[in-house]
Amino acid sequence: MSSIGKKALMAASGLVLVGFVIAHLAGNLLVYGGPSALNAYAEKLRHVPPLLWSARVFLLAAVAVHIATSVQLAIENRRARPQRYRVQRMAETTLAARTMLPSGLLVLAYVIYHLLHFTFRAAHPELSRATDALGRHDVYAMVVLSFQQPPIAFAYVVGMAAVCLHLNHGIGSAAQTLGWTDERTLRWWARAGRLLSFALFIGYISIPLSILLGLVG
Amino acid sequence: MILDPKIPPGPLPDKWEAHRKALKALDPSVAQRCRVLVVGTGLAGASAAATLAERGFQVEALCFQDSARRAHSIAAQGGINAAKNYPKDGDSIERLFQDTIKGGDFRSREANVYRLAEISNAIIDQCAAQGVPFAREYDGHLANRSFGGVKVRRTFYARGQTGQQLLLGAYQAMMRQVKAGRVRVHPRTEMLDLVVADGETRGIVVRDLVTGEIHALSGDAVVLATGGYSTVYHLSTNAKGCNVTAAYRAYRRGAHFANPCFTQIHPTCIPLAGRYQSKLTLMSESLRNDGRIWVPKQKGDTRPPSQIPEAERDYYLERRYPSYGNLAPRDIASRAAKAVCDEGRGVGPGGQGVYLDFADAVRKLGRKTIQERYGNLFDMYREITDEDAYAAPMRIYPAPHYAMGGLWVDYNLMGTIPGLFVIGEANFSDHGANRLGASALMQGLADGYFIAPLTVADYLSGRKPQRGDAAHPAFAAARREVEERTRRLLAVRGKRTVDAFHRDLGKLMWDDCGMSRSAAGLTRALAEIPRIRDAFWKDVTVLGGGEELNQALERAGRVADFLEFAELICRDALHREESCGGHFRVEHQTADGEAKRDDARFCYVAAWQFAGDGQPPVLHREPLAFDAIPLSERSYK
Amino acid sequence: MRLTLRVWRQKSAKEPGRFETYEAKDISPDLSFLELLDVVNDGLQQRGLDPIAFDHDCREGICGSCAMMINGEAHGPQPAVAACQLYLRHFKDGETLTIEPWRARAFPIIRDLIVDRSAFDRIIQAGGYVSVDTGSAPEANSVPVPKPDAEEAMDAAACIGCGACVAACPNASAMLFVAAKVSHLAKLPQGQAERKPRVLNMVEQMDREGFGNCTNHYECMAACPKSIHVKFIAQLNRDYLKACRRR
Repeated sequence: MSSIGKKALMAASGLVLVGFVIAHLAGNLLVYGGPSALNAYAEKLRHVPPLLWSARVFLLAAVAVHIATSVQLAIENRRARPQRYRVQRMAETTLAARTMLPSGLLVLAYVIYHLLHFTFRAAHPELSRATDALGRHDVYAMVVLSFQQPPIAFAYVVGMAAVCLHLNHGIGSAAQTLGWTDERTLRWWARAGRLLSFALFIGYISIPLSILLGLVG
Repeated sequence: MILDPKIPPGPLPDKWEAHRKALKALDPSVAQRCRVLVVGTGLAGASAAATLAERGFQVEALCFQDSARRAHSIAAQGGINAAKNYPKDGDSIERLFQDTIKGGDFRSREANVYRLAEISNAIIDQCAAQGVPFAREYDGHLANRSFGGVKVRRTFYARGQTGQQLLLGAYQAMMRQVKAGRVRVHPRTEMLDLVVADGETRGIVVRDLVTGEIHALSGDAVVLATGGYSTVYHLSTNAKGCNVTAAYRAYRRGAHFANPCFTQIHPTCIPLAGRYQSKLTLMSESLRNDGRIWVPKQKGDTRPPSQIPEAERDYYLERRYPSYGNLAPRDIASRAAKAVCDEGRGVGPGGQGVYLDFADAVRKLGRKTIQERYGNLFDMYREITDEDAYAAPMRIYPAPHYAMGGLWVDYNLMGTIPGLFVIGEANFSDHGANRLGASALMQGLADGYFIAPLTVADYLSGRKPQRGDAAHPAFAAARREVEERTRRLLAVRGKRTVDAFHRDLGKLMWDDCGMSRSAAGLTRALAEIPRIRDAFWKDVTVLGGGEELNQALERAGRVADFLEFAELICRDALHREESCGGHFRVEHQTADGEAKRDDARFCYVAAWQFAGDGQPPVLHREPLAFDAIPLSERSYK
Repeated sequence: MRLTLRVWRQKSAKEPGRFETYEAKDISPDLSFLELLDVVNDGLQQRGLDPIAFDHDCREGICGSCAMMINGEAHGPQPAVAACQLYLRHFKDGETLTIEPWRARAFPIIRDLIVDRSAFDRIIQAGGYVSVDTGSAPEANSVPVPKPDAEEAMDAAACIGCGACVAACPNASAMLFVAAKVSHLAKLPQGQAERKPRVLNMVEQMDREGFGNCTNHYECMAACPKSIHVKFIAQLNRDYLKACRRR
């Protein structure tokens, strides 16, 4: 596949994942509505298995495509300059753009941990097995109990920082790669991407932080 | 001997059309067995290579640059003329023809110039269709501007990069043929000799500039599109790599060299700043529309310009040419600048410069207007000189720019050796003694797209294709000569660099065969050049070997040829005892210092034939007849 | 002024290269960067040492020959100029400058600072043209081109093919070069007929040459002596993806 083809796939799969990250945050924020709101939402999701599973497969595919293309592209990029410069100065690029590979790897590690923690409930079983008064899985209690542990809260803040850094460049870059930009909207996309990634960061970390500080729970 | 230009019969406006129809075309199946060597990939070379390939010929295109796209045509700024008459200001083929003949001071061939004017329109069509991004009016039609003192608007342009865009058009057309398998480009390859056998052109000897390998290429015809020789003056507006070697080597093999003394000096260039300067940068002539040119009245006045009161300034162009003033033609403005500097009134380091002052224009029109008109030029000036031309006057000085002279060609653009075609700046044909602005691009493309492909085909029709056969002993002999010469250059192992000799030669040529020439100066130069040449062969240092990339060796070969060719220029200048166009002989001027042509004695093309080393070349004449435009004098008072 | 130069010297592609240090003393700040190399070369030759090989020709920023990294920046620290238009007054007296060739797999080193950029020619051969035989063009004004389109085409066409975009790109990608040619012709009516195959073929050739992939750092735009805008890369992406869909 051509370089632009691979990049378009990487960009498109990335944007799918951005969409998921936004939707996921919307669900998470129900934590501020108390146990019943969050647990009801979680229960509702579980009650439509076809939807849940097709979403999971779709997201998994997006992750697979994103990783496969980015690994290929990164290898090709390394090969394209076998001998590095003794001195190289950058004028235009950003920290986020320069660290897409490490931030991406960090995000991957974080996602695995997150799935083990909340989805498979294998990382901290003692914190995630509770059920509520209605017999539903007590997601609220799981979240609150988890984030009351400073190391766990810290791990989530770091993980979200990686996501934020990754999207800081990723969103604007995806728009450029998919050819949605022109001279005017190029800056606009870059700025919107930065803003969105920062908003997501704040939105996500507000939960562990407010739990840790005892504002919620 | 009188040279026959083979001008077709019939009335001037019908000559080309009738001749074109009479030229024999070649069936593509036959053409593909003919190999044409095109040397140089500028406007003329690239357009010829592309078009010949379209007609089915197998083309080998060579350039010394690393890519065909970098030939020096790329640096042309101003534009390209055509007689389209889009602005409806009365332009016509007739008028473009007349302007070119008069601009050339009646030293060009009427039939060629008429054909050039005729073809000019098809060039614009061709380039527009290739996607050359010409400037447009708001209605989407092509924009025109007036240029170079011509009263009609006939110049097409692509910002200040017209040459670049036209060249990329031709280069891309050629790349298309590379893809089709009909053109092979040999970049970083330099032609070092012409192979002539049995009185016909058979091929060339080249050096691969990366490996240093010297080998012969055979062809059924050779097209030289190798540009001009202004770098004989060392510093010029030309690229560093521009050289005369291909043309001069052809001359040594029997091709006549015509009017070598017709060189053009451009008046508005940034002056020399120091010994190691490598380039004289041209600034658009349009600056003279609003700038006033002056020098101090006093010799050796070192005060900064702002402290020189009005009464102590000499606006010499306005004084001497009250009606044209600062807009006097290129050659006149150039000579006047040299004259005041020779008097010791020049300004800036070394006293080689005159002021071009915008203070009055800024006062009158406001800084904003000046900025709009010339902002990018002022920026460029600041970048190079670190001076602010809004605050203090610019300094300018003339610089060698273009060679009207070149290898002699007939109406078919074929030189005196059958099978050798010469196109673009490398030939002498269309600009006479002075070239008009925006005409060089026109001529290069006319030759390359529309003339040479037809005349080359006609020459090859009915001949047996050689199929790249380089078995003739002439090939091996020429290759051995080139190898021997390379060995000699490497064997000197002296102390002075090639550039040092080039500088010496350039200074001599600039002083004695530059803007104004005298019998005494030329005689002195003719005595001095062999001395520099001898010193070169005794004391030049060329390190490294021949079988590697060796830029000093490349330059050494070129400078060695300049050291011979310079003599030819001086000899031609000495023999032409008249002043015309870019050739100004101090002995031949009117009472008020204007050029005085001598039509009775010199209304001819001087074509020089090589007669052997140490022998004076033989002069052949091609008389010029002016039937359509009566001979008249230029006046700019 | 005085400058210390650390210059990459490599006799040929087969031999290993290394940095050599040269002192340039008493040089005028009015010299261009290439003239500085001329001076250094003069001195080297006087001492019987091989001069530094570097590509150069027009020395006015249009031919695209000159190509070198100066202190880690393609064509040096000044924006929108080629190395030949860079003047020494922009450096500090006594400064040490590191000079390296363009480094990219697709631009193999030939000698010292000279690299082989013929990959660019092959990309143009793959489709960077309008197929119109000489003499078959219609009257120029029969195809009007809206002025803004012509201007934008010219913005893209201003590319001098120097390779600074590749050199400056962290991935050695040639996207800006390819984008400039694709966009130049895509903006004009004359380029429409071959628009689809052009972009497909040029990108295919670009990939084949071993350039890296654009990851939108935009270093190319900062390094470009003609300041060619990365909006043309978006145009290239757009055209390419569209052409793929309709293949």
